[in-house]
Formats: sequence, C-alpha cells, structure tokens
Amino acid sequence: MFRRGQEIANPVRFKFNGQTITSEDGDTIAAALLAAGVTHFRTAPEDASNRGPLCMIGNCFECLVDIKGKGSRQACRERVVEGMSVRSHPGLVVPKAQP
Amino acid sequence: MADYDVAIVGGGLLGSAFGWGLARAGARCVVFDEGDNAIRTARGNFGLVWVQGKGQNMPAYASWSLRASRLWGDFATELCEATGINLQYVKGGYDIAADEQELEQTIAGLKKIQAQMGGAAYDFEVLDHKVLKSEIPLVGNIPGATYTEHDGHCNPLLLLRALHQDMQAKGALYRPNCPVASVNPLSGGSYQLLDRSGNVLATAGKVIVSAGHGSRRLNEPLGIDLPIRADQGQVLVTEKVAPVMKHASSSVRQTDNGSFLLGPSSKDVGHDTRTDLKTLAAIASRCITIFPFLGSLRLQRAWGALRVMTPDGNPVYQQSEAHPGVFSFACHSGVTLAAVHAFEVASWVTDGVIPAEFGVFHPRRFNV
Ligand SMILES: Cc1cc2nc3c(=O)[nH]c(=O)nc-3n(C[C@H](O)[C@H](O)[C@H](O)COP(=O)(O)OP(=O)(O)OC[C@H]3O[C@@H](n4cnc5c(N)ncnc54)[C@H](O)[C@@H]3O)c2cc1C
Ligand code: FES
Repeated sequence: MFRRGQEIANPVRFKFNGQTITSEDGDTIAAALLAAGVTHFRTAPEDASNRGPLCMIGNCFECLVDIKGKGSRQACRERVVEGMSVRSHPGLVVPKAQP
Repeated sequence: MADYDVAIVGGGLLGSAFGWGLARAGARCVVFDEGDNAIRTARGNFGLVWVQGKGQNMPAYASWSLRASRLWGDFATELCEATGINLQYVKGGYDIAADEQELEQTIAGLKKIQAQMGGAAYDFEVLDHKVLKSEIPLVGNIPGATYTEHDGHCNPLLLLRALHQDMQAKGALYRPNCPVASVNPLSGGSYQLLDRSGNVLATAGKVIVSAGHGSRRLNEPLGIDLPIRADQGQVLVTEKVAPVMKHASSSVRQTDNGSFLLGPSSKDVGHDTRTDLKTLAAIASRCITIFPFLGSLRLQRAWGALRVMTPDGNPVYQQSEAHPGVFSFACHSGVTLAAVHAFEVASWVTDGVIPAEFGVFHPRRFNV
C-alpha cells in the first residue's frame, strides 16, 4: 500500500512478530511497518477486528504495539532502534498487582 | 397558535432529558443547541449515577437523587429498547477511601444524611479492607470503602446520543448550531425565541432555559436570577485492559471497553477547560494509592470540563413569576438526574406548575 520515496540509506533492523524488518534510521515504528507492508498492528479488544495506524500523529491509539522491555506503546510515536523486538498489541492485558 | 408547545434552550443533559420526556408525553417540542465549540458539560462528565454523599445540606436533594437512581434502570431499559443503544448502565458503586480520615469523613457524612432522611431508605454498607479486596483483588493497602446499590455508572455519551435519537424519533425537532440570543414574551402569553440578528427561530407556549453555562445570559433580560458558576473538573483516561472492576467508584471507574477513568478534580478557575499537570498528577497519585496497578498503565488522554454549580451544590428549579411560561433549570449531576428530569420534571412544564414539594429548589433559598 505504501512505498518509500527514497532507498534506505541508513538501515536499522528490528523484529515484528519475529520477522525481521529493515527500516530507515529515524523512522517511527509505524512508518517502518507500513513501508514494509504491515497494516495489521493489533487486534481490537472490543470487537476482535484488525487495526492499524489511522492518524500517525499520536491521537487515535489505533497503532498500539507491544515493545519488548517497554510494553504497550503507540507505534507512530516511537522510533525504530536496532535490534528492538516489537509484537502486535495483545489486546486486553490482565493488570498485575504492583509490589 | 405557537409553533411548539415547548421550546427548550440547550441540548445538553438537562435539555435532552426534558426534550425526550416531553416528546414521549406527546408534546410538540423543539430543542435549540449550539455547536462543537460551545461549553458542553454533557460531553465531559464522569458518567456516574450517584447518590452517596448528595444532599448533606439539603435532605430533599438526597431523596431526589435516590428517586432518580430508583428510576434509572427503567429509564436505561426504555431508551435501549427504543434506540438499540445500550447505555452500559451498571448498578452498585463504591466510595473508596484513600486513607482512614477519608473513610471516617465519608461514613460520618452518610450517617448524617441517613438521620435526616429517617433511616431505612438511605442504606449503605461499610466494607473494610479485607472485604473490599475480596471484591476487587487489585485494590491497594487502603482502609476500605462505602458501598450502595443506589449508585452506578453508565456511558454518558451514549446516554446523550440515545436521548437525541429517540426524542427526534418521537417527533421533537433538534436544532444544533442554532444558538438562541433572547426569549421575547408575546402579549398572548406565548414566547418568541430570537437569534442574534433578531430573526424569529420559533414561537412556543412554554420555554425551558436549560442552557448550562449559557443560561444566565438568556435569563437576565427576563428578570430571572440564576446563581451558577463553573467548577472545573479534570479527568484522565488510561489504556484499555481486561476487566478489573464492574462497579464504579466515585473517583475511579472502568468503562465497558476496558479504559479506566480517573478523577474528577474540582476547582474554581472560571470558564477554563484546560488541563494542567499539577491537577492531573494529584488525581493520578490518589488513584494509584487506591489501585497501585494503575501506575503501570499508559494514559491515553485527559480533559477538563465545567460543572454547572449552584452556591449550595443543589439543583435550581424555578418558574418565572413575571413570565410564568418560562422555566429555568440548572444543576450538577445531570447524568444521575436524567431519569427524574425525563419522567417527572418534563410534566411540571406541561402542567405549567412546579409542585409545591419542589419549592425547596427555588433559588430564593440563597437570599435569606
Ligand atoms: C468533570 C465533570 C464530571 C461530572 N461527572 C458527573 C457524573 O459522574 N454524574 C453526573 O450525574 N453528573 C456529572 N457531571 C455533571 C453533568 O455533566 C452536568 O450536570 C450536565 O452536563 C449539565 O447539563 P446541562 O444540560 O445543564 O449543561 P450542558 O451539558 O453544558 O448543556 C448545555 C447546552 O446548552 C447549549 N447552549 C448554551 N447556550 C445556548 C444558547 N444560547 N442557545 C442554544 N443552546 C445553548 C450548550 O451548547 C450545551 O450543549 C460532571 C460534570 C463535570 C464537569
Ligand atoms: S496512528 Fe493514531 S496514535 Fe498512532
């Protein structure tokens, strides 16, 4: 659906659901995934529909992903980091008691 | 003959409940509302159907809230059957105390109301930490809560939508983006509603001024005094998580879709709906004391909205003496009172008189 306007000059590699994605340094996770043809970022807890970015400016929360070590984040507001591991947002997480 | 039996100024929670109640009773009515840039408390509230603590300084308000809560189930069911919109109404609510002192104050307040109301009708339970934890395992190390079946929560945006949809289905005309600039009494006892340029928007036999913070401006030229001010409340919204609590508490509730709403604060800052970090941090901090796990959730958004607040916090229901077809109604807790506004107050207007037992809600009480 989306094409990069320019060739990747400074590649950054990260994993999405175990698959390696190559992106441009400075990309947001959302931009990198869309450029790699991924549109299904998460499954909506309300109705189990497939969801992906809508606004790309941090407003709609449709782009939620789960970043290893950070947890639930908006993919359009986080930059790619070499070696990071990202998964689809798991839907309704069961909150745990805090110590 | 006037175009309408009743013209309602303001399509917020009050006006919409009146419009629905009147249309349901067969009255010809029109509801004038502003647009998306207006101050609209109906779109910024916390969604509680709440009785606990209401009316400490006026027993009539405690009974009135209780009556509203008793009617709320039927109200929600009727709206759902008519529109297909489930208001997500859940009965039962906690007032959770963050510390011992809060708990003592809450209990003392409820006992006072209970004594004023003659006991039995105003029942509540005190839950200690252990009992509360057995009901909501994620609760923190806090002393406990009070609980009553009379409290509850709903989705207030769906309430507003259902009222708008069904009052129109029942024949009322809803006119958004159509501010009323003045109400002009005519010699035959009916009224003209005019826009800013002096064009006649409608004529009506009776008028309800329920325009929230816009009401004073309409009332003044008619000689109606409405002592209200804005009390700002800020609310925080978290990301959605699996169900933790079914029942609301007065400061934390989980919505049907899994988000937590935290708040609301209370501050007098005039007509200012902006949020500020200090207020939001104070809300978050208290809520995290109650539910420590909230500290690990991401916040999605925050907003501020303006309560319509009378000097004693209790409703104002009045009929103009000089212009007896004009009613001016204003109150906080428009979600809670929606059921009595629709089922009972609407008929005061068709009858043309506020029943004597509700005389306590006249603003003359502020002038003694
Ligand atoms: C933070 C917060 C939390 C709250 N929580 C709760 C709660 O949990 N439970 C509860 O019961 N209540 C709650 N409330 C209160 C509740 O939202 C209000 O009682 C209710 O919205 C007031 O309704 P209203 O119709 O008087 O005013 P509004 O809802 O503000 O509606 C007034 C309407 O009149 C329109 N208007 C104004 N001037 C004109 C004009 N000249 N011509 C035409 N239209 C006009 C406005 O555009 C607006 O749409 C809360 C309020 C706040 C601020
Ligand atoms: S795409 Fe809307 S918040 Fe990320």
